[in-house]
Amino acid sequence: MMERLLDVKSLTMDFGGLRAVDQVNLDVCQGEIVALIGPNGAGKTTFFNCITGIYAPSDGEISVIPPGKKPIRINGFKPHKITQAGMARTFQNIRLFPNMTVLENVMLGRHCRTTSKILGAILRGSHTRREEEETVDFSYHLLEKMGLEKYANEFAKNLPYGAQRRLEIARAMATEPFLLLLDEPAAGMNPQETKELDDLITKIKNEEGISILLIEHDMKLVMNISDRIFVMEYGREIAKGTPLEIRENPKVIEAYLGEEVHA
Amino acid sequence: MHIFEEIKKSTITAVWFVFLTFPIMVIRVNTIHKTIEWRWDNMIMVAVGSFALSFVWRYFMEHRQAPKPEAMGRGVPWIQNARQAIKHPVFFYSAIALLTVFAVIFPFIFSRYQVNIMTTALIYVMLGLGLNIVVGLAGLLDLGYVAFYAVGAYSYALLHLHYGLNFWICLPLGAGLAALFGIILGFPVLRLRGDYLAIVTLGFGEIIRLVLENWNEFSKGPSGIAEIPRPPIPGVELSLSESSVFLYFLVIILTLFTVFVVNRLRNSRIGRAWIALREDEIACQAMGVNKTATKLTAFALGATWAGMAGVIFAAKTTFINPASFTFLESAIILSIVVLGGMGSIVGVIASALILILLPEYLRAFSEYRMLLFGAVLVIMMVFRPQGLVSTVRQTYQFKGLKKDKEVG
Repeated sequence: MMERLLDVKSLTMDFGGLRAVDQVNLDVCQGEIVALIGPNGAGKTTFFNCITGIYAPSDGEISVIPPGKKPIRINGFKPHKITQAGMARTFQNIRLFPNMTVLENVMLGRHCRTTSKILGAILRGSHTRREEEETVDFSYHLLEKMGLEKYANEFAKNLPYGAQRRLEIARAMATEPFLLLLDEPAAGMNPQETKELDDLITKIKNEEGISILLIEHDMKLVMNISDRIFVMEYGREIAKGTPLEIRENPKVIEAYLGEEVHA
Repeated sequence: MHIFEEIKKSTITAVWFVFLTFPIMVIRVNTIHKTIEWRWDNMIMVAVGSFALSFVWRYFMEHRQAPKPEAMGRGVPWIQNARQAIKHPVFFYSAIALLTVFAVIFPFIFSRYQVNIMTTALIYVMLGLGLNIVVGLAGLLDLGYVAFYAVGAYSYALLHLHYGLNFWICLPLGAGLAALFGIILGFPVLRLRGDYLAIVTLGFGEIIRLVLENWNEFSKGPSGIAEIPRPPIPGVELSLSESSVFLYFLVIILTLFTVFVVNRLRNSRIGRAWIALREDEIACQAMGVNKTATKLTAFALGATWAGMAGVIFAAKTTFINPASFTFLESAIILSIVVLGGMGSIVGVIASALILILLPEYLRAFSEYRMLLFGAVLVIMMVFRPQGLVSTVRQTYQFKGLKKDKEVG
């Protein structure tokens, strides 16, 4: 059995009378790419928002287990605490800092791994200067890995769409996560860009050793890269398994197509 | 034809204006003779005037360069050249040297009136730079900034009155107390942003003013506190004019200190967190920034400068009362930040000097000065909505692994 990184047990999220997420169980193990799929409005993004602290879940247990460390129960944690614990995310609708440079966007990701305070910033002592230099080097290196280094000093808002998507991933990686959560990374991409994204995600997993949980609608991408897939519909988890199992699962086919079809 | 289109539009404007101003400009009821005077000449003046103004306005609107804000200053070649020229060390240092010489000889070649208004303007530079942290960098619209200014001024006045503490002790104390009030305001408004935050801060500013106005035992109410001493130099007796020159230099030093600190903060880990918070609060938190701490430091640091400026203000005028700390002051300081360009230090300095000195030098126009002042503001915002100086972020040059830092 591989080591678990994220363990979600019967997570429930209510908005007033609406149950957006209903008793969902999900887990991600070390070195895995796990996909969460489902029709629009199935509660996938709400699920993401719950486990990253943007919403406080109504019920359930969320634990992260940093490799080689004790599990941390993160229910109701503030988002920055969860990022600090080692889980970083991207957003469905790109949420970069448009008026900061590309490099600064990534440098911000280093915030929770650096320590200099107000006084340090004003006096700019040796500690602050070293830290700042390391931050710049680290961030630039990361941009190189993502093929964004030529944009380093551009404003983030001036980047082409695909590059913005990659920058968001780079920014999340700057927080040195062990688990990366990607919310529809391929949304709005053409097939060529999706192919590149496919390679990029695989590369992140293999070279950086970061496990990945992603929400995605592009079935080709999902079936290609995922080790396991969870399927949600109307807030409930309706299936889980390997891509092959999911492809054959009648419940999933029904959820997507409305009725059983004879292939 | 294009020109006919313009004339048509201007004519419509003129007719509309004539219609609007008809009751006040044309009709006058003479109550003594019980007759109505028809002042047709006024109507013609309004028509011609509004037609001409509208035409000129349209002309300029047509011809203004309206690229996107980010392209401004970057794309326009002469601005880019100017930026390059300013960065050139020879030009840069000679400009600094000239400014220094001018600042040093200023009080000796100009009258005391000039020195005093320059001191006031520099106090507003400090206030502007302080508010720039809160509004420009952290993006928290604070309409009650004057409250911290009042806290600074009253802490010096009251500490001197009751405990006889002198200026030099009160300067850091006033700043500290203002920072404390910044945190006190910060806590309840942590969840608010935008319009909601603006309203709460506006209320906070009014609360401070109303407390000072009504709590007679504490603050002596509307009659204020008089005979606040000017900043002393131990062992030296200063005449009135010497003391205003001294104050002028003190304010210059403190302004430089402010610029230094704000500049360093801006390109630091904290500064980046502020800007990120302004750009996207949710993404900022999700990237590991502690929202609470970041917002509170912005409020506290912003308030610190207001507190310091308040102590100096009290020492300068030697008399303070709550009437000096009305909402209008907050509005002026906010205009300084907006007009200068959110987040830009040079812009804020320039706009503080313009906004405070302009009404003084426009005194020649007596009752029209505020009208002119307003017109300048409106024109400014139409033609440069991003402020006098658009912010340029720090850039880094990479050549292989070696890198040079370049501050823009």
